[in-house]
Order: sequence, then C-alpha cells, then structure tokens
Amino acid sequence: MSQLQLTGIGREVRLPDGGVLPILTEVDLTVEAGEHVSIVGRSGSGKSTLLNVLGLLDSPTAGEYLLDGEPTDRLRGRRRARLRGECFGFVFQQFNLLPRRTAAENVAAPLLYARGREFLTRNRAAREVLERVGLGDRADQVPERLSGGEQQRVAIARALVRRPRVVLADEPTGALDVETGRAVMALLAEATAEQGTALVTITHDLAVAALADRQLRLEGGRLTPMAPVVAEVVP
Amino acid sequence: MSGLLGVLAEAWSEVRVHKARVVLSLVGVFLAVFAMTSVTGLGLIVAQVQQEQAERSGGRAATIGLSAYDPMTGMPPDAARWEAALGGLLNRYGITTYATVGYGEGLFRLPGGTQSLQVTEVSPSYGPLHRIQPVAGRWLREGDRTSLSPALVVNEYLLDLLGGGPLTAPRTVVLGGPQPVTATVVGVVRDGYPQPTVYRVDRSGMDTGAAPAANPLGYGPPTLELWVPDDQADAVISAVQSDLPLALPGLEVQAYRQDSPGLAETLDTLRLAVRGAGAVVLLLGGLGVFNVGMMAVRQRIREIGIRRSFGATSARVFGAIMLESVVATVLAGLAAVALAVVVVRNLPLVDWFNNGVPIADEPGFPVQAAVEGLVAAAGVGALAGLLPALLAVRVKVIDAIRF
Ligand SMILES: Nc1ncnc2c1ncn2[C@@H]1O[C@H](COP(=O)(O)OP(=O)(O)O)[C@@H](O)[C@H]1O
Ligand SMILES: [Mg+2]
Repeated sequence: MSQLQLTGIGREVRLPDGGVLPILTEVDLTVEAGEHVSIVGRSGSGKSTLLNVLGLLDSPTAGEYLLDGEPTDRLRGRRRARLRGECFGFVFQQFNLLPRRTAAENVAAPLLYARGREFLTRNRAAREVLERVGLGDRADQVPERLSGGEQQRVAIARALVRRPRVVLADEPTGALDVETGRAVMALLAEATAEQGTALVTITHDLAVAALADRQLRLEGGRLTPMAPVVAEVVP
Repeated sequence: MSGLLGVLAEAWSEVRVHKARVVLSLVGVFLAVFAMTSVTGLGLIVAQVQQEQAERSGGRAATIGLSAYDPMTGMPPDAARWEAALGGLLNRYGITTYATVGYGEGLFRLPGGTQSLQVTEVSPSYGPLHRIQPVAGRWLREGDRTSLSPALVVNEYLLDLLGGGPLTAPRTVVLGGPQPVTATVVGVVRDGYPQPTVYRVDRSGMDTGAAPAANPLGYGPPTLELWVPDDQADAVISAVQSDLPLALPGLEVQAYRQDSPGLAETLDTLRLAVRGAGAVVLLLGGLGVFNVGMMAVRQRIREIGIRRSFGATSARVFGAIMLESVVATVLAGLAAVALAVVVVRNLPLVDWFNNGVPIADEPGFPVQAAVEGLVAAAGVGALAGLLPALLAVRVKVIDAIRF
C-alpha cells in the first residue's frame, strides 16, 4: 500500500470578486514509503498548494486523497491535527524557526504535541537529532545567531524529530546560496533515507531535483513525469 | 496528561521569551494585586489598632457600665448594699467577669515637686477587660488588695516624672494628704499620652472593705463594668434597669453599653471600599494585558501557523494563548503578594497608627486577601486572554506560513 495516494485532486479558490480560480485541476500522485520525489514547476503553478494538501494543512475541493490507504476527506479538527503532527514533517523555504528560542527548543517544539514518552524525552531527542545534522555544538544558539544554512539544518532536524512517515519540503534551498543549498539538500535526502522517511521536495533547482528517485513537473494544475535529470549535466 | 503539561510548557516558554513585553503588560495587574493585598493587610492592622484603642477605653464587646447614686447627694450606695443588690444579678446571668472603675485624685510627691494627679481606681479584673498589657512590671492583681502599700500601674510619662525607666523592680512613691501613704509602682503601660496616667488598685490594706469614696470633685460615682456575651447585652441592660432600682430604692441606676458596637461595621465598609477600588484597578490592568495579548497574537500569526504544522489542535492553540495570559498574570499576582507581605511586615505601622504602642493581638498576614488577589489575577488573565485566544484559533494556517 502506498504511503500517499492522490487521485484526481483539484483545488480551487473562490476569489473576492466571486470568480473561481482553479489552482490544481487533476493531480494524480503516489508516494511510496521511504521514496524521494521532487516536484518542479513555475512560480504560481500551485506547488505550495499541493504540498499543503499533502500535509493536511489544506483540503482539496475535488478528488481522493488516501493516507496509508485511509481516506482523509472526513478528517476534521482534532484528528486531522494529530495525524498531521504524527505523519508529516515540514521544511519551509523561509526556515520558519520560532524566533528567540534556541535550536534545541525549536527542534523539541513538535514533541510538545506528542504524548507520553515522546513528550517527556523531547529535549534529549532534540539534541540527538541536532547531532545528526551536525549542529550538536549549536544546540543552545537562537536562530538569529545562526547562518541560513544552519537555520535550515535546524528546520530539518525539527522535521525529523517525530520520525514522520513523510517530510514535505517547500523549496528548502530557495533562500540559500547554491552551494549551501546543495549541501543542505544532500543532508535532507540522506537523513530521511536513513530513517526510512519518504521525502517530497519542491524545488526550482534541477540539481536539487536530481537527488530524488523520481522527478515530476506541476503544470496547468496537473503533475507529469519529467525525463530523469542527471545532476552532473547541470553547471 | 502530557497534553496539559505541553500547554503549560508552551505557555511558560512564551512568557519567558517575551519577558519584557509580558512584564510591561503586567504592571497594571501587579499594582492592582499589590494595592488590594497590602491595603487589606494595612486595613486589618489599622482595624486591630482601632479595636484595641476602643477596647482600652470602652472595654471589650460587650461591656456594660453600671452605676448608681443618690440623686439628692450624688453619693453612691455603700458597699454592703451595692454588693447585695448586684450578687443576685451576677448569678442569674452567670457573669463572672466584671470590673470596678472609679476616679479620684491623689497628691504625688514626685522628684520634681508634689503634683495632684487624677487616679483611676480599678479592680484587678479591669486589666484583662480592657486588654491592658504592661510593657514592664505587671498589672494589678487580687493580692494587691490586701497589701498595706497601694499598688499602682503608671504610664511611661509618669514613670519619667518618677525618675525614668526602666522599671526593673517595684518603685515607691509617697502619696500626700492628711495621712500620707507609700504606694508601690508595680507596672508600666505604654499609652502614648503626654500626661500622667495612674491606675490604683481599688482597695488596699489601708481601707479594706470600703467602697470607693464618693468624689467630692464631681468625677461621678464609680462604675461596675460587666463583660457579657454580645447577644446577652440587651437582655442584661433591661434586667438591670428593671431589677436594680427595686433593690436600691431611692437611688438612680444607670446601665449602658460602653464598648463601640458599630466598629465592626465601619471596618467592613472600609474593607469593601478598598476591595472595590482594587477591582477597578485590576480591570484596568486586565485591559493592558488584553491589549498586549491582541498585539502579540497579530505578531505571532506565523508562529501559530508553524505550530499548526506540528499538529497543534485548535484547543491547544487556544489553551496556549489563554494560559500564557493566565500564567503571566498569576506570576504578577505572586510578585505583588510577595511585595505586599514585605511592605506590610516592615513598615513602622505601630508608630504611625498607635503612638508606638505594641499591638496586643497583631493580625497575621491577610492570607484571604492574598488568595483573593491571586484568584482575581488569574481571572483577569483568563478574561484578557479570551479574545486573543479566539483570534489565534481563527488564524488560517496556509496564510500564516505563506511568506
Ligand atoms: N487562498 C488563495 N486565494 C487566492 N489565490 C490563491 C490562494 N492560494 C493560492 N493562490 C494562488 O494560487 C496560485 C498558486 O499558489 P502557490 O501554490 O503558492 O504556488 P507556488 O508555490 O507554485 O508558487 C498563485 O497564483 C496564488 O496567488
Ligand atoms: Mg510556493
């Protein structure tokens, strides 16, 4: 059974003037456990919208979305929030770290919404994951004193700390210089693979996309497979 | 369980991170709780001082003053008649605590010259009834009545005239007149008056059995003070007014309540006023918390969105903002109560309100006021946090994390 299975997903928004704007029209997507998929597309093509639908932050207006084989359209409120916290880790373009809280506190923050042991051992878990992303020595720094690359590594640690089934990364290298971006992306791909977490990456950077097992393009509200890109050919 | 802990941990982290803002918004709450607690604390002490001052002059609740005299001559009845008439009454009402008090005058041969001073002649039971506690030596006691040297208790002012303190051992003073006697000062009281005060035991070996002499200078007849339970006071007064004249034909009998029964009500009114003022200040403080809370939520829309992506439920988002407000106001309340304790404990209240006379029954810290202050602070925190919390719940996640 696939981890995520989207069939005919559509998402349209009602505009203030009464019109309807279709952002996604007919998206079919399957993500297997532990798989790394990348999605590229022009700005405004609906990539973030798709990622929000995947992460249960947004609901589609058409189609069917199965999470671990379970339909998600009936999920509301509490259960939806719980499932989101348990199944998904998010990495954003703007890092979105909690300001003025240390790296360790940031990484531990998702565990505030976990229960039992996971909740109680959150600080230790946070430090362990920070070690894994090579920031063991920066655990007590606030984000304001970290470089962009370091901040994104903290965000990666935070996305991994609850051992989610899928990490959703929305242009994770978009705010970093090319070299740092690639290093961060390599780390993300490696860390998710290491713990068997699936990874869906949205990116502009074809070299970043090339790290994925599968590359898709979002265009006209649909996903189409891309010819495999080889990292070496990109300058 | 971990949900609750999680909300607490989150709220605490918010308060810690936004210290400056939180502290600023809490000034009002702090001031209100401080004012409420300290003013109530002060009020209790002032009330106690008032009560003790009233008791020192009028006796404790309920003290009934009783006197009788011949309307023609102004003379009180002789002791035998008086005691016979009263015996039945005291028995009937089971009155075991009573005191006699009369006024007279004495010529005191002081080191600086002889002075005529007013003397309050009292039975030893007068002391406890009026809560008199000597600061040195002791109060009059039953044995003093058989002593050949009349026992005196004087105030500090008179002790100074007698050569000054401290009174480490009884001191003598000669009372002049046709038959001079040597009286003994056995105790000193502090009353703060800049005039001599003398209590003399009402009988002594010199004049055993005699009733206090009628006062030629018009001090009036001696008074018998009865200490009865508050609810019996009226019954005793009317019984005395109807029975005693029968036992003492031809004499004018007076019976009246001596203590100040209205005191408790006055103090309650005072406390109510203070509490009302405190509530208003607290509400104003709450408005400040509310304002800052609204601002904080607007500034933290992105943060709320991020927490939503971690799986925060609406209840959690609501609870965290709400609790943040409550945790902050309760902390402010605690700080205010602590400061109030320190202030009330360390101010020279006795000097300000009671002429430096120590309070016999110093009231403890007003625990009730402190608890009320804390509960009120928490309530204001909850009230002020309500709207910001609702606002936070309505934050659209995808808008919040869109850059
Ligand atoms: N709630 C909304 N209301 C109106 N327009 C929206 C809304 N959400 C997204 N859009 C529009 O939909 C398009 C796709 O947005 P988005 O998914 O963020 O694209 P991408 O991430 O690929 O740049 C954009 O043109 C955006 O302005
Ligand atoms: Mg986008």
